[in-house]
Amino acid sequence: MSKTYNLTTPLTKEDTQKLKAGDIVLLNGTIYTARDAAHKKLVDLIEAGEELPFDLIGSIIYFVGPTPPKPGEPIGSAGPTTSYRMDSYSPTMLKNGSLGMIGKGKRNQAVKDACKEYSGIYFGATGGAGALLGKKITSAEVIAYPELGPEAVRKLTVKDFPVTVINDTFGNDLYQIGRAKYEVKD
Amino acid sequence: MREIQYQDVVTAIKNVIIHCGTILPDDAYKAIKDAHDNEKSPVAKEVLAQLLINADIAKDEKRPLCQDTGLAVFFVNVGADCRIIGGLLRDAINEGTEQGYKDAYLRASTCEPFSRANLKDTVGYNLPAIIHFDIVAGDKIEVEYAAKGGGSENVSRATVFPPAAGKAGIIEYVKQVISDAGGNPCPPLTVGVGIGGTFEKAGISSKHALFRTIGSVNKDPEMAEMEAEIKVELNKLGIGTMGMGGIETVLAVHIESNPCHIASLPVSVNVQCHSSRHAHITI
Ligand code: SF4
Repeated sequence: MSKTYNLTTPLTKEDTQKLKAGDIVLLNGTIYTARDAAHKKLVDLIEAGEELPFDLIGSIIYFVGPTPPKPGEPIGSAGPTTSYRMDSYSPTMLKNGSLGMIGKGKRNQAVKDACKEYSGIYFGATGGAGALLGKKITSAEVIAYPELGPEAVRKLTVKDFPVTVINDTFGNDLYQIGRAKYEVKD
Repeated sequence: MREIQYQDVVTAIKNVIIHCGTILPDDAYKAIKDAHDNEKSPVAKEVLAQLLINADIAKDEKRPLCQDTGLAVFFVNVGADCRIIGGLLRDAINEGTEQGYKDAYLRASTCEPFSRANLKDTVGYNLPAIIHFDIVAGDKIEVEYAAKGGGSENVSRATVFPPAAGKAGIIEYVKQVISDAGGNPCPPLTVGVGIGGTFEKAGISSKHALFRTIGSVNKDPEMAEMEAEIKVELNKLGIGTMGMGGIETVLAVHIESNPCHIASLPVSVNVQCHSSRHAHITI
């Protein structure tokens, strides 16, 4: 049976190791946004041994490119983008201390293996629920690569941000488990 | 000859863009509600409930339903007995698109294919719109509009079969496309299937099929039957809402079929996510 947890960032390995695929988590604290273009830059910095624009240890990276905020609001609509485009970068991020990713859609085996090896979690947020998810973000600040527009790296403060555990630290994959359960074979 | 002011077209297009960006159409809302009521997987049911709440928030607070506010796609049927005063119809549609995306704080998602540079400062804010024109009888302009997100477009596929593939080959193909897509296109989905014509005709038909009211019955009884059959097959895949497993993967299958060359059987599968933002207006 799936459980519901409240977790506050930065995450610890105790936090991530208790989660199982299918659990629902409400996230609180700080998370960082990055899509393909920003990931490329971050991984280049890691490989060059240079300092990153934020502390990777225990961090959660949200794959999102929000709509522009209306005047007076921190952010516009902000649902997840499809994650496979980050597959080639995520293992490096996990290896260097990041413990969570939020996106939508399946990951490749290398990412799942990295989740197991480095105690990372791949969370799914509800794609297309951008208005709802945007409301769970209480502040947003561009901290790197403003030239990337919607793809710039942002520091977000979230309150009860709802996500589901897709890939846990044991190698489970909710997409496979869930689908197998409801698949009808003739 | 009826005369239509350029500015009236701009305003009508702008309004439809703003409306669709923030208000989920009734057919999509109802289809998601039905899926929610019917779904057996508790996780999927929970997520379907989130989608309904999301639509309510978006409507009440005029927020974009999804952060991917899409490329603007139009099918425009221009009455032969009308003309635009003060400019070109294509320009008016693009101008209305730009204004709508800007005014409603929708995301500009068009970019140059290789540098990936966002085109909003050069070509215009989320321009150019994708416009398919046709000329019809009458003195009105019929505009069908949809905001088309990237996640579901990325899993869409097309091929040309030999005629022997027949209906069975097409059904198998659609199943494969949706199976491969899994949760990436944000199910529950509307699946547009374009059959026949030429390679590009099948593609355009599969796109146009997505503009039909979700849950409406195909006028061609043979196609209506095929739609129902494909829908059952796709829901057997077990993909479920957002790929988390469930019995409600597909809200509707819409087919548009055309006569084709004696040597070929083109088929195109265009996928639309649950955020099926579409509308039909008459100018
Ligand atoms: S596929 Fe649709 S619902 Fe999902 S992120 Fe893209 S536009 Fe939004």
